[in-house]
Amino acid sequence: MKAPIELRSSPHVKRGVSVERIMRNVVLALLPICAFAVWQYGLSALALIVTVTATCLATERFFNWMAGRPGTLSDWSAAITGLLLALTLPPAFPLWMGAVAGFAAIALGKALFGGLGQNVFNPALVGRAFVQAAFPVSISTWVPAFAPGRFAEFIPTTFTLPLMAPPDISAWAKGALDGFTGATPLALWKFENQVTPPDAFLSGAATASAGETTAVLILLGGLYLVARRFMDWRIPVAVLGSAALAAWAFQLWDPARYPDPGFVLLSGGLMLGAAFMATDMATSPVTPLGVWIYGALIGVVTVMIRYFGGLTEGVMYAILLGNALVPLIDQYTPPRVFGDVKGTKP
Amino acid sequence: MRKLHAFNGGVHPEGHKGESTGRPIETMPLLPRYVVPLRQHIGEPARPVVKPGDRVLRGQLIGQPEGYVSVGVHAPTSGRVLAVEPRPVPHPSGLADLCVVIDSDGEDRTVETAPLDWRAMDPSALRNRLREMGLAGLGGAVFPSFIKLNPGARRHIPILILNGAECEPWITCDDLLMRERAADILAGAEIMRHMLGTEEVLVGIEDNKPEAIAAMTAAAGGRGVEVVAIASLYPGGGGKQITYTLTGRVVPAGGLSTDVGVQVFNVGTAYALLRAIRDGEPLVSRIVTVTGHVVRPGNFETRLGTPVADLLRAAGGELPDATGQIIGGPMMGFGLMDEAAPITKSVNCVIVKNAALFPAAPAPMPCIRCGACARACPAELQPFELYWYARTRDFGKTQTYHLFDCIECGCCSYVCPSHIPLVEYYRFAKSEIWSREHEKQAADQARERHEFRAFRLEREKQEKAEKLAKKASERLEGGAVAAEDPEAARKKALLQAAIAKAQKAKEAVRPKNVDNLPPDKQREIDAIEARRAQAGQAEQAAETEAKR
Repeated sequence: MKAPIELRSSPHVKRGVSVERIMRNVVLALLPICAFAVWQYGLSALALIVTVTATCLATERFFNWMAGRPGTLSDWSAAITGLLLALTLPPAFPLWMGAVAGFAAIALGKALFGGLGQNVFNPALVGRAFVQAAFPVSISTWVPAFAPGRFAEFIPTTFTLPLMAPPDISAWAKGALDGFTGATPLALWKFENQVTPPDAFLSGAATASAGETTAVLILLGGLYLVARRFMDWRIPVAVLGSAALAAWAFQLWDPARYPDPGFVLLSGGLMLGAAFMATDMATSPVTPLGVWIYGALIGVVTVMIRYFGGLTEGVMYAILLGNALVPLIDQYTPPRVFGDVKGTKP
Repeated sequence: MRKLHAFNGGVHPEGHKGESTGRPIETMPLLPRYVVPLRQHIGEPARPVVKPGDRVLRGQLIGQPEGYVSVGVHAPTSGRVLAVEPRPVPHPSGLADLCVVIDSDGEDRTVETAPLDWRAMDPSALRNRLREMGLAGLGGAVFPSFIKLNPGARRHIPILILNGAECEPWITCDDLLMRERAADILAGAEIMRHMLGTEEVLVGIEDNKPEAIAAMTAAAGGRGVEVVAIASLYPGGGGKQITYTLTGRVVPAGGLSTDVGVQVFNVGTAYALLRAIRDGEPLVSRIVTVTGHVVRPGNFETRLGTPVADLLRAAGGELPDATGQIIGGPMMGFGLMDEAAPITKSVNCVIVKNAALFPAAPAPMPCIRCGACARACPAELQPFELYWYARTRDFGKTQTYHLFDCIECGCCSYVCPSHIPLVEYYRFAKSEIWSREHEKQAADQARERHEFRAFRLEREKQEKAEKLAKKASERLEGGAVAAEDPEAARKKALLQAAIAKAQKAKEAVRPKNVDNLPPDKQREIDAIEARRAQAGQAEQAAETEAKR
């Protein structure tokens, strides 16, 4: 019998980069941030990261099964969603709520659109937005970093029974760290006009979500991905640059009321969002000009929400808004093709 | 030092040039049988002018150029024509095409050849000779050279580029040719310069071929030819890319390099041109690289019509576990379906594959819009958008995203982390659009024919009615005495009805092209009608004047 004819057109060679390899490297870049979160918040952070990621993977597999498709866990994208989502949640977030977030992220943010590459919004942020609306108290309950007993005991809220109200832990938090107010730097600034010094963000002492206070590690992870060419450096530069520029302009206008750009960049989830969420390939523009527009939009909207919105933090909604505008941005910013003398646009 | 211009995108696939550059060009031994396809160039295939049983000599015309875009095909050796019939040819489809099969008599006698006095010859006569001698671009596109050597009545082509970039991996036939026959190549370029009226001659060679650059530079001394080393970046040897790299001139999308005063020829074509003119020898052989998973990779001076199987044998044969052959380079070539298919003017390379060098393509994954394809695209297109619209058969959109500016170089597929066979989608979209265009033209033609038929039938009917009316009126006039006759009155009424009908029909068949006009055109026509009416009145007035 003759061998079956292999119908394959050119090119007959391929570069070794694959989706799986890109995603695996993103996971690699996220791992140090996760490790630091565990170092800061102890067992509860570890349990949260594991639970959320496991839920994401299980949900992905479930929808593979539902759709009758081969499993897609091996492309690592669900793992990225899980890790990123866990890093944006408060360390004391009850595990069952984390599982809800993980399910919502993959089910509503990804599977509903058709899976990898088809989603309009960043799945991790869809999950986060879902639980922000569903569990407003838990999502804004903060605990101090580096609590002495963090590797010996869980935070009391971690093991809240599903559908039960988590216990009040303000007393526990005060006990864990003397003088702990339970407010994030952004809330402190917004409601008490108190600016946290930058070293708190670099050392990880600032109150925040699990993976948000490690500016150095976020930068290192981002630089690694940029160096390996798995990340578009223009997006974080545009996001952070425009946010800094907007903050600087406001500070010029009223120095007493508005904080300095450094505080704006380091506080909240801006660094993590700019480096790892705004850069999600499927939900960011591709055109050279579009990338700058998109990044600038996210930076400015973040500052606007923080300064004038009801919320203390705005990165999540800014990125989701940016995601929604990506098709429009791509459509109106096509690059000129080689030899296009007249400059006609599609 | 010439200022070079870097084009956008491009990729760096592994070169694999060293495998086949170790030995000088070898001449293939004479074979007992050659299979010469009549379609070896772009355009109309040549028309066979020999029949089975005919005796032919080497260089004898066996295929006459047919139509304008066509060149001649010649016998590669002396012998007897065995058959003129469809045989397997090197084409991605694997389909057979008309070939002249020649059984060699082993004597390799040649037709009488005489050098052409190109300086004294009329340019158009010279071009016609080259057309007959089968000259076509040997870089792979095989476009008839005589057309490219026609500068046109008013067009000035100040720059001639000899393309020795050879950017595709594995292929080294131009490299070896430049190393060994640099002076001949440049002598060929001299003739091209003369024919085009070109001032400047540039030779572009990728810097991974230092020996070729040295040989060409040495040969170029005193000829007024500049040999330029360009960066090794695929597809730097694309016509538009090398034009831009060397001159900074951007060939307009959908245009030709001559639009910006540049003509590009492959170095092999320049060499073939010299052979045709200096030795009077038609194009019957070319250099072919045989490389990859073979015993003795190298370059072979191969007669056109040599079956691939014989060429592989000359290279020592395939090594064990070969997995097929690629015709051309790995970036733009195609898989060979049948080793009996012959070498043609377009075949510059045969690569024997094995599983390690050419692993099976991984299964495609969804596009994640990473944009790697757009960064690699030398035409600066957005391949991911083209893919999306081709896939959803939104062919209008593919054209808004400049599908037809795609040169199918394969850079996008090469870099795609999702392993999507992007170029295949573009070929699909292009051929769909072409076939729809074709269908539309056929439908338009049919509609026009139908409309004309309807018009003709209506006109005949009307003419008939008019004739009838005329006859009736003649008869009526003849019987004027019986005017009061009721029968005559009835006839008169009939006649009037017929005239009215004829007039109506005449109105109905007014030419269609004045319907649904834009307002400005309508105004123009109205103005003309008014003038005509005025002129008519004036004429009438003049007539009455004259009568007085």
